[in-house]
Amino acid sequence: MIRIPSLRLGKPYESLSKTTLVHHVTGEPVAEVSQVTGSQIIRDISQMANARRELASIPMKELIARVKEAAKIFLEDTLECGNTSQNFEDYIRTLSSTTGSPMVFCRRNAAKVGYVMGNIDEILAGLTRGMDLAILDKGHSKQDGRTLCFYPTTDALGAILPSNSPGVHSLWVPAIALKIPLVIKPGREEPWTPYRLLMAMKKAKIPSSALNFLPTDHGGAADILRGCQRSLLFGDSATTDPYKSDHRVEIHGPGYSKVLLGSDTSAQFDNYLDLLVESVAANGGRSCINASAIYTHSHGKELAEALGKRLARIQARSWDNAEAEVSAFANPDVADRISGMIDGLLATPGAEDVCQRIRGTPRVYKEGRCAWLLPSVILCDSPEHPLANKEFLFPYVSVIQCPQEEMLARIGPSLVVSAFTGDPEFTQQLLDSRLVERLNIGPISTVRLSWDQPHEGNLFTHLYRQRAFAEASL
Amino acid sequence: MNKYERNIGFNDYFSPAQWFDPKETLESKVKRAKEQLDLHVRDTVAWHFSPETGTPFWLEKAKSYQFNPIKDVQCFEDLHLFGTFEDEWLRGGPVDRWVPRGLIGNPVYVFETGGTTGLPKSRIVLDDFRIDYEMMSETLPDQHFPKGSNWLMLGPSGPRRLRLAIEHLAQHRGGKCFSIDLDPRWVVKLIKMRQIEMANLYKEHAIDQALAILAGGHDIKCMFTTPKLLAALDEALRSGKLEDKFRSFGRKVPLGGLRSIKATGITGIFSGGTEFTPQFTREAYEEMLDSGDVYMTPTYGNTLMGLACSRPIGPHDGFKITYYAPQPRAATEVVDPKDYSKKVDYGQTGRVLLTTLTREFFVPRFPERDEGEREMPYERYPWDGVSGVRTFSELAATTVVGVY
Repeated sequence: MIRIPSLRLGKPYESLSKTTLVHHVTGEPVAEVSQVTGSQIIRDISQMANARRELASIPMKELIARVKEAAKIFLEDTLECGNTSQNFEDYIRTLSSTTGSPMVFCRRNAAKVGYVMGNIDEILAGLTRGMDLAILDKGHSKQDGRTLCFYPTTDALGAILPSNSPGVHSLWVPAIALKIPLVIKPGREEPWTPYRLLMAMKKAKIPSSALNFLPTDHGGAADILRGCQRSLLFGDSATTDPYKSDHRVEIHGPGYSKVLLGSDTSAQFDNYLDLLVESVAANGGRSCINASAIYTHSHGKELAEALGKRLARIQARSWDNAEAEVSAFANPDVADRISGMIDGLLATPGAEDVCQRIRGTPRVYKEGRCAWLLPSVILCDSPEHPLANKEFLFPYVSVIQCPQEEMLARIGPSLVVSAFTGDPEFTQQLLDSRLVERLNIGPISTVRLSWDQPHEGNLFTHLYRQRAFAEASL
Repeated sequence: MNKYERNIGFNDYFSPAQWFDPKETLESKVKRAKEQLDLHVRDTVAWHFSPETGTPFWLEKAKSYQFNPIKDVQCFEDLHLFGTFEDEWLRGGPVDRWVPRGLIGNPVYVFETGGTTGLPKSRIVLDDFRIDYEMMSETLPDQHFPKGSNWLMLGPSGPRRLRLAIEHLAQHRGGKCFSIDLDPRWVVKLIKMRQIEMANLYKEHAIDQALAILAGGHDIKCMFTTPKLLAALDEALRSGKLEDKFRSFGRKVPLGGLRSIKATGITGIFSGGTEFTPQFTREAYEEMLDSGDVYMTPTYGNTLMGLACSRPIGPHDGFKITYYAPQPRAATEVVDPKDYSKKVDYGQTGRVLLTTLTREFFVPRFPERDEGEREMPYERYPWDGVSGVRTFSELAATTVVGVY
């Protein structure tokens, strides 16, 4: 049994209170994770001003080199993992074992996180729009003849992380390079990636006091959000809604990402099927950037049938199968609950699970103690149908036929919109829309991100504020 | 006869010191404790069921029994004849039905539990809180709870027995008690409304009152508090709020500062609450109380029982918390949740079944909302204990506990 400690100011702390993680296939215990209390968290957060000063004293150039070194260590080295050590493959295997996410996804997502750290200068250039990062060493500088001055909004970045996909860790790792310490609450089933990342940073000589790995309960998570002046919060609406109006908390909830086929492309939907499949099902359909709805100007039924046929080929495969395309649910009850909710809403007339009909088998597939949800393509006769704007942790998409002129009024807030159109007027309307965080014009999958452009909030503007500044000699 | 006997004919005060003799074997103590418990069961049942001294509620109840309580209940095990006590019986009035005829004419307190929805449960008390806390007082180490020192009651106020009990404890030990206003029912409402920010503000308000007392020059050395408020006080002290309070009162901050519980001058903490986990206890010991320099004794109690003391806590025992009821006035059993007549084996988990046996109040076999592990008798408490107390798992999802 692996015993993963918490990291308090970078120091391992083995708690008397632990959660046990089990293998999603066998149910055998895999690891015990030390839990800390909310009051311990608050006590550690009170040390973050010192931790930030220590981190900030490292010049940007040196700090970036250390983060790049940490990327290499993360991807290549054997690192301590509690009472044992793990190489990269061991890490991937344990990550997959407790989350149910296939090893092939875990490897791909871990590589993404490694890429972000390994190319941290490019990422920071995207976040700061090319600002000379040396400004953060001194707090102010001149660039292109203009004075720039920034101050940190917090002494630490809190992060309440999910268990569904290790790719999300790419969003918080740049904080260290921005000289802001980390206070991390890992997802219950996914302590592996944050722990390994922090151990890699430690080995790359990032000051330990800036590396806090604090597994805790809901109350402890609330204490992180209360204690840190800036945080990232991942979760469903029930988790994130109470923090909607808290400017200190950047919410990463459901994405409701979408593909729109305009009047000039909807008749040729066949040409875009590969992109649609990728948008819906890449990474097992678990990311907020996966499309959960397709709005098409025409041919809705035909598109749903064609997409359903393609997605119906996806099968449940074992976690260590290199061909795996969907994740298992470590807790089969969750799969039953999700499927039950969809069936309940299908009782409202005007929608059909086309993919399930084509596949000829239910969307829940069970084997042993595991369950998978196989893809659903829900053809809705109206954007008002309760299944038209839903998002679930598997390849789920609704297909809605809707005139192009009405689409923007119908789609609602969307993290990513890929609009397959060449219509300049529609393009301009999309550019003017306040509903879309990331906009792709033309045949681009919703899951294709460009690392030099933040797609959901901007970590730099979350962690720093610009101020007017003047200086005169005495 | 002690001062509480009121000429009623049987002893109701049991000095814990009777178990302190290290020369007496545990086996002998266990035997003696059981004999004392059985005698007290007979005395208590006879008192509550005799027509002259009995309690109206029980006298009425006895009419439906197929047994004669006074004749047939001769030992603790015989209490099963009463079935289990339903706390619903305590909701609403008239509370006079709970006052034994033998005590009529004496001043009666009414204490309540819960009460966020519907009718609160009420319990009448004359002297029980004084007796319980005087017995407990005998177990407090004087070097950490100096006689004559003043207390801070950082806990719930209102119609609760705890508030008066702590004040009595302080007075009994020759000191005075300073209290705050804290309404836990309002906190429960805030949590149910998901007004977490407001609940935190209310907690800050409670702590602010405590800081004002600590900054007021009252020479506080002892404190009652709950785990959550202890952590909140520690957080406030570490962030310099007591120093701020001193300055705002125009008082000078002492050299060395006031950023820890030890620095405030508090030397002993008597604390209660079911959310006392070994991990929290360890955190308190290591991170709030200067590795045990400030002494803390967890207790487990409620309005029905009184309070159970714990074995001394610390790293020697993995910060395990084992509670022992103040037998024979109250006894706890750890039983199979599906069959309350079966005690679980030592070390096994079961539901806590509580029996209260005092002259004022008879509660046979009440299933507590808690579960825990059955523990062996101990030198100073030679009867079964319970460790790892936590909310009974079948109730945990629907119960809001430990709000203050």
